[in-house]
Amino acid sequence: MPGSYLPSSYLPVLIFLVISLVFGLGALVMGGMFRLRRPYAEKLRPYESGVTPVGEPRQRFSVRFYVIAMLFVVFDVEVIFLYPWAVVFDRIGLFAFIEMVIFIFILLVGYVYAWRKEAFVWE
Amino acid sequence: MNEINVSMLAPLLPEVIMASAGILVLLVELVARRKETAGLLSIAAVAVAAYYVPHSFGKSFGGMFVSDGYSAFFKFIFFINLILTVLLSMRYLVIEKSNHGEYYSLVVFSTLGMMLMASAGDLIVLYLGLELMALSSYVLAGFIRHDARSSEAAVKYFLLGAFSSALLLYGITLVYGLTGTTDVSLIGAAVVEKGLSTPLFLSVVFLMAAFGFKTALAPFHMWAPDVYEGAPTSVTAFMSVGPKAAAFAAFGRVFLTGFGSLSTDWTGILVVLSILTMAVGNILAIQQDNIKRMLAYSSVAHAGYAVLGIIVGGAEGLAAMMNYLFIYGFMNLGAFAVVIMLRSEGVRGEALEDYKGLAKTHPFAAAVMLVFMFSLTGIPPTAGFIGKFYLFKAVVGAGYAWLAVVTVIFSAISAYFYLRVVMYMYMLEPEGEAVTLSLSPSLGLALLITTLVVILIGVYPSPLLSFARLAAG
Repeated sequence: MPGSYLPSSYLPVLIFLVISLVFGLGALVMGGMFRLRRPYAEKLRPYESGVTPVGEPRQRFSVRFYVIAMLFVVFDVEVIFLYPWAVVFDRIGLFAFIEMVIFIFILLVGYVYAWRKEAFVWE
Repeated sequence: MNEINVSMLAPLLPEVIMASAGILVLLVELVARRKETAGLLSIAAVAVAAYYVPHSFGKSFGGMFVSDGYSAFFKFIFFINLILTVLLSMRYLVIEKSNHGEYYSLVVFSTLGMMLMASAGDLIVLYLGLELMALSSYVLAGFIRHDARSSEAAVKYFLLGAFSSALLLYGITLVYGLTGTTDVSLIGAAVVEKGLSTPLFLSVVFLMAAFGFKTALAPFHMWAPDVYEGAPTSVTAFMSVGPKAAAFAAFGRVFLTGFGSLSTDWTGILVVLSILTMAVGNILAIQQDNIKRMLAYSSVAHAGYAVLGIIVGGAEGLAAMMNYLFIYGFMNLGAFAVVIMLRSEGVRGEALEDYKGLAKTHPFAAAVMLVFMFSLTGIPPTAGFIGKFYLFKAVVGAGYAWLAVVTVIFSAISAYFYLRVVMYMYMLEPEGEAVTLSLSPSLGLALLITTLVVILIGVYPSPLLSFARLAAG
């Protein structure tokens, strides 16, 4: 509705943004001010209690990782849409059910396509 | 808007058909032994969708989707673009060793995006359509995977396309912030009520820049020559007509419906852009010795002509623009069909040198190219003349006689590089070994259709003119 629009309805978003900024930065600044600083080699390593690093992190990865990641996103998104749909399912009835079936079918086509193109085969 | 039912889908029927076709083509590609089956299927789908376009008039989803004469006219341009592109591609993809069925699916999805853009009554639907169209064409531009030029074209197109999408979104956000709506006709009402303000003007400029990118108006044309040269020729043909027409469709609707009341404020900028575009396109095309690059600059110049329709505005201006884009589609696809015909195994056939003495070695190909070059210049009795004539008539009628004069001057400059191709073909002797033509039945059919239509419209334009006038409202 033009005219009746007020930016104030977004005020909570602004407040939220400010609080999260203040909290996030504040925690870092406060920590920096009060914590003790006694560095030694073991402590400065990434993953202090984990595996010893073996090389630079910037290296080339096989393109397959990206294909797998992309396919994961497809199903990820599918699940995100399925949740709200499942919550209100008893109120929206058959029409929404068919809609969701079509949606899943389209994703399924993508899955079948990827399958037939051997996107899941790791040579 | 809360009640959703099946009848709301009625105006979207052609789009639903195209979406289903895109999915079906993808599945057929998996099982079909001959990839051309996928191409033929996409043509069949277009025929079905085209049949339903005139029966689909109406609004849906609370005005977010509008199917009217205006969108229907543009959808026919997209359909013709798809059919001719598929006909051009079948043999060409084999020559380029990239005969994958996904090509046809991407072409169908890209066309679906264009259809959504032409029918968008809401800026969000416009953005959705634009992204669908653009993402498909980025992939198409890089379709020849083993060719570095093709990949380069795809990356350039993607980076600049993403940038222009960001501009469009920024413009949309500002408009939404100022008017509280993304519905184009409600924006129009809000703009009338509130008048011009600096932020609103800024958003108009953002949207203009975004549409300028997609239509390749100078100074937003930089990507066009590189992308058009590097992309597979059939994709260049597709991109130089469809996405451009779709961007013009959205441009016209948003600016004349949404910002129509501010036209005195933005026509000035558009006049400058138009003259700049014609200058850059026509003058830089002179230097090119690669025919694809030359046609790329020529396509920039033609965007400069077509945008005159939006400057004029109203049904008159829109009809002239739609007319022009329709004709431009046929003559440009025709010219690219000849370029594709010269591409054969091992021979690129893109250099202007390759056209030397073509009239002696291949008189038929030379004659067809002659028709398209004459039409692109705007020489009667070809369609290009009709397109320009009605555009100039609309421009003069709106009181921009001086602008029409400028356009005619640039049009005269364009004769130099179009007719240079004709000169190479007819007045020079063939050099070295003659180029071999790779003519296939489908390419021949595409050439036949484009040549016939270009001449037919040139001789008997009234059906097209009245159709465009009716569609523009």
